[in-house]
Amino acid sequence: MTQLKDLTLKVWRQSGADNPGYFETHKVETVSDEASFLEMLDQLNERLIGEGKEAIVFDHDCREGICGTCSLMINGRAHGPQRATTTCQLHMRTFNSGDEIVIEPWRAAAFPIIKDLMVDRSSFDRIVEAGGFITAPTGGAPDANLILVPKPVADAAMDSAACIGCGACVAACPNGAANLFTGAKIAHLNVLPQGQSERYKRAEAMVMAMDDQFGSCTNHGECSAACPKEISLDVIATMNSDFRKSKSKNRKALSRS
Amino acid sequence: MSVVWGLTTSVGLADMAQVITKSNRSRGPVTGTALASREKRPFLIDLYSTAVGKKFAMAISGIALMGFVLFHMIGNLKMYLGAAELNNYAEFLKRLLYPLAPKGAVLWVFRGGLLAMLALHLHAAWSLTVLNRRARPVRYQSPRDYEVANFASRTMRYSGLIVLAFLAWHLLDLTFGVVNTVGADGTFVRSEVYANVVRSLGRWPVALFYVLANLLLGIHLRHGAWSIFQSLGWNNPRFNSWRGAFATAFAAIVVVGNISFPLAVLAGIVS
Repeated sequence: MTQLKDLTLKVWRQSGADNPGYFETHKVETVSDEASFLEMLDQLNERLIGEGKEAIVFDHDCREGICGTCSLMINGRAHGPQRATTTCQLHMRTFNSGDEIVIEPWRAAAFPIIKDLMVDRSSFDRIVEAGGFITAPTGGAPDANLILVPKPVADAAMDSAACIGCGACVAACPNGAANLFTGAKIAHLNVLPQGQSERYKRAEAMVMAMDDQFGSCTNHGECSAACPKEISLDVIATMNSDFRKSKSKNRKALSRS
Repeated sequence: MSVVWGLTTSVGLADMAQVITKSNRSRGPVTGTALASREKRPFLIDLYSTAVGKKFAMAISGIALMGFVLFHMIGNLKMYLGAAELNNYAEFLKRLLYPLAPKGAVLWVFRGGLLAMLALHLHAAWSLTVLNRRARPVRYQSPRDYEVANFASRTMRYSGLIVLAFLAWHLLDLTFGVVNTVGADGTFVRSEVYANVVRSLGRWPVALFYVLANLLLGIHLRHGAWSIFQSLGWNNPRFNSWRGAFATAFAAIVVVGNISFPLAVLAGIVS
């Protein structure tokens, strides 16, 4: 175990959504290279509390890279410099002694800042909510493997379902678009047999909910590069294709009712 | 139970169904059975009102404009065959489908279509840019470290605008003759295509502008041609790896062809 020394942190402080924010500089004298990025912030907060100052507010929960609660724009990259890694799983060994580390919250109109580095990501919930549920037979538990799913299809659905909804895609997108998130949520059900009955209703409703809150895709690919779960840009193409079909299919379905 | 969660149902749909209307659609439905009952709008306008729909418009107008730049380049290759061939080709364009259609009629249909596509491309780009700016009103206060966004993708707006400015100048130069130097007899004769091209591109600042604008066009085409596949959802594991290669090849063919013209004039190959 080695120690990193003399880190300079420039941390965004903001007391509320409507208040002006600013960068605050903190020195971290020494920290273990085995500490995670959030543990490093914990240690800094302990010190700040000991000094009677206000702790830096940041989102965190499981600290094992599966819940999607942590965020942070670290040195201009969502979730920091390491690919396919959430901030909680980012270790201090990624940095060097003497580094200056700039920490900012996610920035998007749909992600208003609550305090310091914490943002409100409930606009993602609006999109998921718009998707509704799938129809499934109720009653007695069905036999396992009653609905057969080809292996490549199951794999594709699983790749999309890996999305933890952290918002890194929106944060990294130069346009503040949520296409990768929405695409992943749409693709994960739309490729499966269980998702077919509501497929086009879901695609239209979710894209419309996304449209109301976020920017639009210009195919930079930053979202996929920043994604801690490495969701592919293909889900955006799948979403676009399903949305295109949904517009005419839903129109036809409506005209029958 | 006609009201569920404060969302009203409409006549004709199942009583339990919730309806996404414009006012509550950001809230979204909570059911899997909802169908959107929207204000009746023409299909294309309804589609175009969404950001994804505007991207379809960008892609489709982009395809039309790509077709134009490709065939414009191929047609201009005629200048290597001499003045008669190039001027004859220009005359052929005017006489498309003649005498079935009046002279120039088919050409004007093409021109009208291209102008409409250009207007659509510009309007979609403009409104999406406004939308994107609104999506992040407070920008990052520290420098971004982009991982994969490249020069082409980040300068689409600027390369597009410069190409548009070039297009205006190009029309004033070789179609209207406003900024072309006049011929020996003191007048600009539009049908003397070959002579007009040689006279215009023989001026080195013009040739330089031509080369630079076409390099930017190539950069614009590289990102645009790839983006078409994503925007229209043409996505298949069998050909996904070819999408980038297609875009690069298309951009390269158009740019190399176009840039060869001013260079050939300056080098005296075309004179």
